[in-house]
Amino acid sequence: MESKKPGRRGFLKDAALAGLAVGAAKSASGEPILAEYSKKDLIAYGERSRFVTSARAPVPGRMSPDAFGLVFHVSTPLQDSVGIITPSSLHYVATHRGSFVPDIDPKQHRFMIHGMVDRPLVFTMDELKRLPYVTRVHFLECLGNRSGAKGKTVQDTHGLTSCSEWTGVLLSVLLKECGVQKGASWMVAEGAEEVKGASSIPLAKGQDDCLVAYAQNGEALRPQQGFPLRLIVPGFEGIYQTKYLRRIKIVDRFYMTYNDYGHINPDPKVTALTVQWGPKSVITFPSGGQQLSGPGFYDISGLAWSGGGAVKRVEVSTDGGKKWQDAELRTPAYRMAHTRFGLNWRWDGKECTLLSRCTDELGQVQPTVAEAGKFFGDPPEKARVRGTDNSIQPWIVAADGSVRNGHA
Amino acid sequence: MDTLRLPLLALALGACTGWAQSPTYGLGKAPSADEIRAWDISIGPEGKELPPGRGTAAEGAKLFLTKGCGGCHGPTGIGARAPALIKGGPERGQPIPPGMEGMHMAPDTGIMALRSPFAVTIWDYINRGMPLFKEGTLKPDEVYALTAFLLAKNEVIKEGDVMDQQSLPKVKMPNVNGFSDAPPWKHGQRRLAGYP
Repeated sequence: MESKKPGRRGFLKDAALAGLAVGAAKSASGEPILAEYSKKDLIAYGERSRFVTSARAPVPGRMSPDAFGLVFHVSTPLQDSVGIITPSSLHYVATHRGSFVPDIDPKQHRFMIHGMVDRPLVFTMDELKRLPYVTRVHFLECLGNRSGAKGKTVQDTHGLTSCSEWTGVLLSVLLKECGVQKGASWMVAEGAEEVKGASSIPLAKGQDDCLVAYAQNGEALRPQQGFPLRLIVPGFEGIYQTKYLRRIKIVDRFYMTYNDYGHINPDPKVTALTVQWGPKSVITFPSGGQQLSGPGFYDISGLAWSGGGAVKRVEVSTDGGKKWQDAELRTPAYRMAHTRFGLNWRWDGKECTLLSRCTDELGQVQPTVAEAGKFFGDPPEKARVRGTDNSIQPWIVAADGSVRNGHA
Repeated sequence: MDTLRLPLLALALGACTGWAQSPTYGLGKAPSADEIRAWDISIGPEGKELPPGRGTAAEGAKLFLTKGCGGCHGPTGIGARAPALIKGGPERGQPIPPGMEGMHMAPDTGIMALRSPFAVTIWDYINRGMPLFKEGTLKPDEVYALTAFLLAKNEVIKEGDVMDQQSLPKVKMPNVNGFSDAPPWKHGQRRLAGYP
């Protein structure tokens, strides 16, 4: 009998030696058996375990696929997140008008910088990859990432933010190659997809830390994330993170593109709050829809980030904001990046409200909805958050251990 | 010795002739003027980049149906799957059809020809993004005509007004004062003074 099985045994041994992750389980007789993985999974490009089911979901309130058969915004399952890097497959997706994902051959793709420059230049992907690159961790977040009474889980209330390690050429390097002319103050970044989405971005931001990125989490960008090239505008609202980047035009005024006009507001204070994200944080465990098994020890875990720089401090309250404790930062606090925080907690089994509050390196402090509204003179019961919503998220832990949205 | 001196000499010479503005890597290719023109579809608020051409609302009304615009936006420009383009129709206030939640039935403030502070933004968007699946195929005259059609139907211009390179940027939009500039962006600057 044994002589009929050497193939499998031999394979298991070889796989273990080669350091491959083999999906081994125990059969009824206690003998390890191989899970049903294809050669593609085992050799070419690995898949996660069939027991892991964490998945993106369409945002509440907008069906996907929609009336055109298109996928609109889909959100990251933050309730399952650990550390700070969002797996590329789980990165949130937001699109201009339904998800037309272009199928771009990187050999044919070109990126042009022109306008108020001494030397307009067109780059191939190969040329861009010959230039010195940087690798940076940055969050992205959609303006539509707003918490309210309707969201049940942290995926519903906060899932339109994700964080990746991005690799590419600093835009400042390319702008120096082109020689930006005096008087230039804005740039228009444009994608190659069907609608050629374009946004006006302050030139000072472009010369500071914007990234012309071709890689995400150690591999090429995913098509839904702008393959083969996208602009990363660290800390700015999602629409500026131009996917399928084909052109940057240097100009001397705000250009009022279609993307821009969707964001306009007559109040300059609201406009100021719409462009760049403020300090923000959310507890991902325990969060809405999760269940505590009973009183005792839990490690409260969450994410904090800011469009203004690095996270300086995260505080957690377990009593609805009467007392605050400093949480531990469990990862490096990169600038404009998700930062993981944690706090050891012993739950006494009584109903309580969990909150987290982020302070960034500029001293900006994450507000409650009431505090955000107070700045604009809202009475507490009618308070709302203008611009990007970075307000404090309450989670209520009920006596039975169930967790629900405190805004509901 | 020479290997050490040469870069220093180059550095010194470079400093005299605007070193900071010289290309460092020499990668990338200079596009021709024609290549730039073909790629540059950004039309700023003053309309400097608008191409020659002309069109009227009457011509635009025909194109709206023959180019397939009505297929998604509805023959009357409202009440269909795609965003409403014309204000005040009988469909206003009706329930939103399944699958269109969230954006397609816009109030007047969401209609492009009323919300956009500049008329050229409408031209730019039709030119770059319409019609669906045939983006970028409209000729300048057709884009002028469709822009005129939307502006006239929303009573921003008169039915007979001709839209062209000169007249389009001069159209006074109802929402011209409906936006504000963000403060100049600076590294390390708070979003809004006094805000938490």
